[in-house]
Amino acid sequence: MADDILTVEGLKAYYQMNYFGVEREVRAVDDVTMRVMANEIYGIAGESSSGKTSFIKVLAAAIRPPFRIVDGRVTYRFNGKPIDVAHAGEDEIAKIRWKHLSYIMQGSMSVLNPVRRVRSTFEDFAFRPMGLKRDAFWEAVEAHLARLHLEPGVLRAYPHELSGGMRQRVTIALATVCRPEFIIADEPTTALDVVVQKDVLAMIREVQQALGSSVVFVTHDMSVHANVTDRLAIVYAGRIVEEAPTRTIFTAARHPYTRHLVASLPRIGDTSPKPSLEGRPPSLAEPPAGCRFHPRCPIAVERCRREVPVLEERPGGHRVACFRADEALPAEKILNVEEPLS
Amino acid sequence: MFSVFRDLIRYNIEFTIGVVLVGVIVAFSLLSFASPVDPTAIYTTIPDMPPSAEFWFGTNSRGQDLFWQLTFAFRNTLFFGLTVAVLSRIISITVGLTAGYLGGWTDRTLMFFNDIFVAIPIFPILILFYFVLRNNLDMMKLALIMACFGWPFDARLIRSVALGLKHREFTRHAVFAGMSPARIMYEEHLPYVMPIVFSTAMANMIWSIGLEVTLAVLGFTNINVPTVGTALYWANNHSAMVVGVWWWIVIPVVLIVMTFLGLFLLAVSMNEYIDPRSRLRRMGA
Amino acid sequence: MSAPPLLDVRDVSKVFTMGGVLSRKQIRAVNEVSFALSTETPEIFTIIGESGSGKTTLARMIFGSDVPTSGELKFEGRDIAARRGADRLAFMARVQPIFQNPFEAFNPLKRVDRYLASTARRFLNARTEAEMEGPMDEALHHVGLSLKEVKGRFPHELSGGQLQRTAIARALISQPSVIVADEPVSMVDASLRMAIVNLFKRLRDELGVTIIYITHDLATAYYISDRIIIMQKGHVVEMGPARPILEAPQHPYSQLLKRSVLSFDDAGRGLITRSGREEVDTSAEALVKGRLEPAEDGRLVRVG
Repeated sequence: MADDILTVEGLKAYYQMNYFGVEREVRAVDDVTMRVMANEIYGIAGESSSGKTSFIKVLAAAIRPPFRIVDGRVTYRFNGKPIDVAHAGEDEIAKIRWKHLSYIMQGSMSVLNPVRRVRSTFEDFAFRPMGLKRDAFWEAVEAHLARLHLEPGVLRAYPHELSGGMRQRVTIALATVCRPEFIIADEPTTALDVVVQKDVLAMIREVQQALGSSVVFVTHDMSVHANVTDRLAIVYAGRIVEEAPTRTIFTAARHPYTRHLVASLPRIGDTSPKPSLEGRPPSLAEPPAGCRFHPRCPIAVERCRREVPVLEERPGGHRVACFRADEALPAEKILNVEEPLS
Repeated sequence: MFSVFRDLIRYNIEFTIGVVLVGVIVAFSLLSFASPVDPTAIYTTIPDMPPSAEFWFGTNSRGQDLFWQLTFAFRNTLFFGLTVAVLSRIISITVGLTAGYLGGWTDRTLMFFNDIFVAIPIFPILILFYFVLRNNLDMMKLALIMACFGWPFDARLIRSVALGLKHREFTRHAVFAGMSPARIMYEEHLPYVMPIVFSTAMANMIWSIGLEVTLAVLGFTNINVPTVGTALYWANNHSAMVVGVWWWIVIPVVLIVMTFLGLFLLAVSMNEYIDPRSRLRRMGA
Repeated sequence: MSAPPLLDVRDVSKVFTMGGVLSRKQIRAVNEVSFALSTETPEIFTIIGESGSGKTTLARMIFGSDVPTSGELKFEGRDIAARRGADRLAFMARVQPIFQNPFEAFNPLKRVDRYLASTARRFLNARTEAEMEGPMDEALHHVGLSLKEVKGRFPHELSGGQLQRTAIARALISQPSVIVADEPVSMVDASLRMAIVNLFKRLRDELGVTIIYITHDLATAYYISDRIIIMQKGHVVEMGPARPILEAPQHPYSQLLKRSVLSFDDAGRGLITRSGREEVDTSAEALVKGRLEPAEDGRLVRVG
């Protein structure tokens, strides 16, 4: 596929630990296959300890022991040249970092140095990858800031002088100044207020459209996915359980977990009772056998306890890992409204 | 508890070395209870004998068997260091947690006294006590006096941790679960400062034993009580190095270095084990 | 004269003084807020605001952790700040808080049931193990858990949802009439979030507990609230019945908040636009000059 910018095949990445005689293996990413195409925002939705953070560590080529890649390939294709970051050397990865592959992180303070002006952070991150003369570099930076409706004055500020929303916008500017083909956004708006969140999301969408980059957007917040992403993968306990164009996820999801997530979203103007899901996400150290969702699934059958459902391709670029994806779900089963207190 | 000990021995080399070193010294000092000689008596044996099969550590110029003499010295020194550490920990925990948690007026008062104790020069004070008490200055009294001076730095450290803990949600939760300030301090906050207590106890023992040795070498303690310090005092008094009785100085110094090293390793490795957060982090939980 | 309201908040302001002797700066965190909760009709009363709106400070004054600079906070007719010692303990039994982060609300080094046991011992005067365990188990049953599941567990052994429900059960032991929940679901996973929100509804309907729900999330507020107040920089800009206000807010700031709520109508079309914050006058002067005036549906709107 010429259009793919990222191809992940059969990726297994585990935490393997041995401490005080206790051996532990946490299967944070277990058999993930997916592609990200050029010029799209690919969303990854998952709860805490679903393995989504570990997955983007692999994508960002930031793997440190005890986290290891056990199997599989993670291939980026920049300027037609493939690079497998799961097996590439540190120097090869350093060459693509920031110029082709950059990140927007949750806490802007982890990127911006608190004791230096924003200007020097731009210089540290972008000057070398951009490979421009000093004057041309600052011209390019200011032009980029202008495109993002940011005043050039922010360069002279210290991070603490900026508001949280402004800091996050500066980090987005920093991540996109080299016009990278691929951007990883890890919960970029989680800590922000609603109004600021909307502005920052709109900004990410605008800059993605302007640059034609691909973005992998990770957040647990389904309403963010609904408004920003083009395609969406739902991750549960280290596996992708469903992947489809975002619109399909919100209108015609097939996996019971996805259907529950969508059905339980509160909306202004909608007064119908919303379901809640019992149980808890499984531990990745001891995941249940078979389908990992079966202990909480309202329509699980015997087969779900024994066999692992594969992520099957369906029409319309829709993939689902569920034996009962075609069953018509009775509304009261998925809308498992709680009984009143006894 | 036993399994914790076994795991530490098996997986933590620092702990194993620490246990061996401290174990050897403690066992050595416990031998004093089986000593055939009176440590205060002099000229009970031939003086200035080098280490041999008969006198393992040699004998000193005062006609004492150094092996038995040093068992008493280490027993007294270890007991002294431990007493100072325990007493001063009690004061610093109480002051630090109270000041940090209650804050306000209590905090300002306690920290005022804390700063006074930081500012007072301890060495002249100890010498003053020596001149006032003279031969009444036994090990217990000296330990008490030093404990009264050994707490302020650590109390400040504990206070700073308690200040942070005070604003954690679980502290507010405990308040609304009806827990009294004393219970919150001792049950909710104390576990958080235990790693600090252990590592500062170590530093405190090194400080107090070191100061005792200094005082004794200068002759400002009761020199008739055998300690590591008084052993060195007598060695110095008899110009041991000059007359070639090197074992009188070298052996106690080697043993005290072993003690410090062993205690240090124990504190470091236990620290890591006591704190379940660092343990959990390593487990990836 | 009827019985005094359950909670009467009257012209409450809180001013924090920052800085040293030379550069003293005053921050008005909460500014002349008034509302009352009635004893007869338990309700979910929601305080909506962004960070810096003063909603958390207001909550802290309600459960007595902060003292207002001016104005009065009365619980069942008695001043909250004046209650000390055993009297304060009696107040705490009636007004209980729930905190934002369930993982932070329990000491990670201690078992979770000790908080429940302590509550039973101090507020119900339970002496024996059995006397304590009865109310503990009952409260846990109200939140869909049982003492067996919780006893002896450490916080890291439970999920965020279970911990938050345990925290709610803990608050229920003393049979409070008001629970103040400060952002109780913002740290809880999506699949467990509605379980907590639905639980609040059931506590109101079946146990008659009034819940003061503090949040920045308009969607869950719409879903469970009876009445809301919307706060901006310490000022109430709009208050009244929840659904009419959230469906058609009147104050420009409330409208901005409503516009910023991410909708699902165009899911996957990537049509997100900016909030248009610049067009709304959010300056402090406009707020200070304004007054709360009655408007339709029984709401109050700040007009300037």
